Amino acid sequence: MTAARISLISPTGALGMGFLDQSLERGISLKPDVIACDAGSTDSGPFYLGSATPKMSRRAILQDLRRLLLARDQLNVPLIIGSCGTSGVDSGVDWMRELTLEIAYQEGLRFKLGRVYSEQNTEEVVESLRSGKLEALPGAPEINAQIIQNCSHIVAMMGHEPIVQMLEQDCDVILCGRASDTALFAAVPLMQGFPHGPVWHCAKTIECGAICSTLTRADGVFAEIDSYGFTVEPLATEASCTPLSLASHTLYENADPYLIREPSGTLDTKNARYQTLSERKTRVEGSVFRPESYTLKLEGATCAGYQTVAIGGVRDPYILARIDSWLAEMRVFFKERLKELTGKILDQEVKLDISQYGRNAVMGVLEPVADEMPHEIGLLFTVTAPDQNLANDVARFITHTASHWPIPAWEGFISGIAFPFSPPEINRGPVYRFTLNHVLIPASPLSAFRFEQEDIG
Amino acid sequence: MRTPVLLGELAKLVRSKNAGPFWITFDIMFADDADFKRVVCANILTKSWVAKTYQVQEDSVIFVEIAAASAIKFSFPRPRIQGDPGETDMYSGQQYAPLLDLEVG
Repeated sequence: MTAARISLISPTGALGMGFLDQSLERGISLKPDVIACDAGSTDSGPFYLGSATPKMSRRAILQDLRRLLLARDQLNVPLIIGSCGTSGVDSGVDWMRELTLEIAYQEGLRFKLGRVYSEQNTEEVVESLRSGKLEALPGAPEINAQIIQNCSHIVAMMGHEPIVQMLEQDCDVILCGRASDTALFAAVPLMQGFPHGPVWHCAKTIECGAICSTLTRADGVFAEIDSYGFTVEPLATEASCTPLSLASHTLYENADPYLIREPSGTLDTKNARYQTLSERKTRVEGSVFRPESYTLKLEGATCAGYQTVAIGGVRDPYILARIDSWLAEMRVFFKERLKELTGKILDQEVKLDISQYGRNAVMGVLEPVADEMPHEIGLLFTVTAPDQNLANDVARFITHTASHWPIPAWEGFISGIAFPFSPPEINRGPVYRFTLNHVLIPASPLSAFRFEQEDIG
Repeated sequence: MRTPVLLGELAKLVRSKNAGPFWITFDIMFADDADFKRVVCANILTKSWVAKTYQVQEDSVIFVEIAAASAIKFSFPRPRIQGDPGETDMYSGQQYAPLLDLEVG
């Protein structure tokens, strides 16, 4: 360890979410030793991994990335971006590289660019399963070779070691595939010998940017790590990092409030002490990191069919009074009509889900409030089929039939569903499922990843 | 004797969120230690209340009172894997409402 302390900025919770210019300027004036930012998560669901599509727009990524590349150039420190393209698939890293090159060309920037790819070959994952190198986490779904081969993409979530590998090659800008958010911030401090407890806890605290402060908009924080602990302050001067705001953030999106698993071990924040240093700045000491056997979390997604949906509302109190049986009756008809029209069996090859918004649609099986009737109900019809044409065709007869389904209170032809759109059917395209909750036991922390480097400018 | 107050009024923040694609987690945060202790001592928000309210197995619930954060946190496995057929809340962001009407003595 050469210096007594090391400083970092986390400019925003996720690349493309934005941040204030004056906050970044303030961050630059504090002369950080590293800038790091994640660009992805599984949080938005299986679509982004399954389809290898970024969640953030090109426009939003370009705006944030440009400002960070310019800040890096001014400071001459490493810029580390993780989980490129939201899911961290190879094409996400390539996409981020294209944007980086475009900005570098426009701004006349020169740097050494490193890339770490984390997508896994499905056949190699099958081989890992056969050789006992895959371990199921608690509650993991059943897997077999077929399920793995059906995944459209599988990524391994890297620890800090592949990033250190690129830093040791003097890379200035490092674009990572799927990476633990904390690893992006931990890489430089660990490489310089700072102790694991403060480093990992600091990384966990700042990985979402200013979310660990009192500020509610997307923005950044500045942190300093030393041998005993770390301090954090938000970049926006009107916000504060308080013991409460920091401790609270350790809870965010973790099932366990104290234990956070990383590839190389577990961070334990149970004995962390939070101390107010000033109105805006808090110090944390006492967290420990326990090394454990090395594992890499795998994420995989597979196509689960194609969907067409329709949205409509019911206001008629006579229909509302018997809505469950009304929907059940038409479902019987849909089953017959589907067989007649396509030869398919409802609830087997073709699935139909009807949610009643206003009545248990949000909480579903977790809803404790029994059958309170609202004065209107929103209906969401979701048809899932093996191909899009079939899903569309089924949805088209369903919306038509449903809207005219009779009730005993009225004689004659009714229109019982208010559809806001024409056509009422909306093509949703392919839908995906998460298929893995497993860890890979790799030959080494680097063995599952591929590395590229190049001089830009 | 203090006037009873609803948990939703007393707490600074009540939220629910995915903790990865397989778990859902709830955070109930208080402005200070006094409010936190008031709820802890009232013994109304417990592991068994969570299991009963959300109709989940009690032994699948992680339930922790965190004095350092003036917060109560609990987590349990999601009713289905995030995004699986029948998903109602992709981010698990709207699953906390039943907590708000808990009466704190």
